[in-house]
Amino acid sequence: MLPDQLVFAMEVTLNGLMAGVMYALVALGFVLIFKASGIFNYAQGVLALFAALTLVGLQNGQIPFAHLINAAFGTDLHSFGWTLPAALAIALTALVMVGLAWAIERLILKHLVNQEPIILFMATIGLAYFLEGLGDVMWGADIKTLDVGLPQGISEGIEAVTAEWFGYGFFIDRLDIVATLVAAALVAALTLFSQYTKYGRALRAVADDHQAALSVGISLRFVWVLVWSIAGFVALIAGIMWGAKSGVQFSLSLIALKALPVLMLGGFTSIPGAIVGGLIIGMGEKLFEFFAGPLIGGATENWFAYVLALLFLVFRPQGLFGERIIERV
Amino acid sequence: MNALDVTMDETGADERRIGGVLMEMKNITLRFGGVKAITDISFDIREGEIRAIIGPNGAGKSSMLNVISGFYVPQEGEVWFRGKRRPQMKPYEVAQQGIARTFQNIALFEGMSVLDNIMTGRLTLMKTGLWSQALWWGRAQAEEVEHRAKVERIIDFLEIQHIRKTPVGRLPYGLKKRVELARALATEPKLLLLDEPMAGMNVEEKEDMCRFILDTNDEFGTTIALIEHDMGVVMDLSDRVVVMDYGKKIGDGTPDEIRSNKAVIDAYLGVQHD
Repeated sequence: MLPDQLVFAMEVTLNGLMAGVMYALVALGFVLIFKASGIFNYAQGVLALFAALTLVGLQNGQIPFAHLINAAFGTDLHSFGWTLPAALAIALTALVMVGLAWAIERLILKHLVNQEPIILFMATIGLAYFLEGLGDVMWGADIKTLDVGLPQGISEGIEAVTAEWFGYGFFIDRLDIVATLVAAALVAALTLFSQYTKYGRALRAVADDHQAALSVGISLRFVWVLVWSIAGFVALIAGIMWGAKSGVQFSLSLIALKALPVLMLGGFTSIPGAIVGGLIIGMGEKLFEFFAGPLIGGATENWFAYVLALLFLVFRPQGLFGERIIERV
Repeated sequence: MNALDVTMDETGADERRIGGVLMEMKNITLRFGGVKAITDISFDIREGEIRAIIGPNGAGKSSMLNVISGFYVPQEGEVWFRGKRRPQMKPYEVAQQGIARTFQNIALFEGMSVLDNIMTGRLTLMKTGLWSQALWWGRAQAEEVEHRAKVERIIDFLEIQHIRKTPVGRLPYGLKKRVELARALATEPKLLLLDEPMAGMNVEEKEDMCRFILDTNDEFGTTIALIEHDMGVVMDLSDRVVVMDYGKKIGDGTPDEIRSNKAVIDAYLGVQHD
């Protein structure tokens, strides 16, 4: 039998890793856009929120802009009166995200070609607030439950097995296990896509040098719509996972902030970095809370990730997997 | 016909034929605000020839190349390509039409290997769609292999086998220039634009580059338009030369004609303009 403290720590570690997967899912969206366009997309968290809102709305047959329409025309509309199957609702939401990507390119990016990164960054801040407002007006500000048939509750299988091994059953959320599997599949798919397809190669080319990409016949617009669509899709998945875990609410957009230390750890340009960074942050903050929390009064999860990121900025500014920054003189 | 399918034995070295007009620039004027970079210039490029554009610094040579490749849009004038007037196009559309280019300051994908850089030249020649690509379906795989084979031939041709897997960022300047040429060749261009292909090279590198340009023209029959400062190189390489000065055309003809052109000599020796 292992000592209790160690067994608890193992459970905490596992839970931390799984929480880290959730952070990684958001960070992944950031990395994709940063790699392809050098834009730090502040709106990634809001994209996840918007995707989750749209998914719930479509699934429950909610009429978009119902409040606005009712207020303007004195009607009393609320619902189309249908409930779509989860798979169909997800597919439709994915289409909406592609449309959104197209609109973002058309209305924002197209006009900001060759601008300083800080200007594009500001544009994404604007986009974030706009989308948050749009989501509110379209689907309402109430907290919604998202049910796409993902397993909920504690995994009894793991509890039973660990109880047999350690004499203590681990509490692992089933949803976290699904999220882990989905994230793994997503990373594998994205890596294969970017390494082995012509679109992936075009994407990497645009990320590297716009002029050179143009000169071999790559359309920047197409690539940007593609990459924002993929980021929208990743946001949708993150939105589903977070929504299923804690309900679809506007604080969801704040998870984007936790993705920031994840990116500093993993490097802004590395897909594996986003995953490993997420895992380290998730695990780190849970373990730190477990061991050091009681000594210094708890609530360390609020700041631990940021302090860790700060340390990384001092000692390894490019992150674990980021490209080394070499300045030639 | 696929240019790269021609192997060395099939074409004799003397088979170079210069055909009809491939590209024609008619009365091109390009302004940046109030500054005229190019004033009313017309010239043509014939199929299979090596056409040089020369002139002192700031003469508007690079601007002209940028007009041809669609990076700049002239305020006046017409661009004719393969017998048709070209509507206003984005640079990537021009590239898809079969006009490849290199840049004065080298624009490569620094983070990618030499092989991947050259493979990007094949992107627009790949035909399989998004879904079969995404799922790596049968056709997509066969296609990749096929394009890879062509790229390997270009790598052999330009003698860069030893650096195939090296990230471009680590290469010395001369080799980068060669990789850039390889990437342009990979697009199987009908017209190849070279912006100062030999700038900043030592004598040995220049000789290599000269040889590659001539061989490209010989073996693939590629039409080439180039900008170059080194007079010796230009006179040796090119079939016909356009001379620009202060955005105007001051000479056009074979190297011999250019050598004896009064206006050209004046421009280069800095005779007072009246």
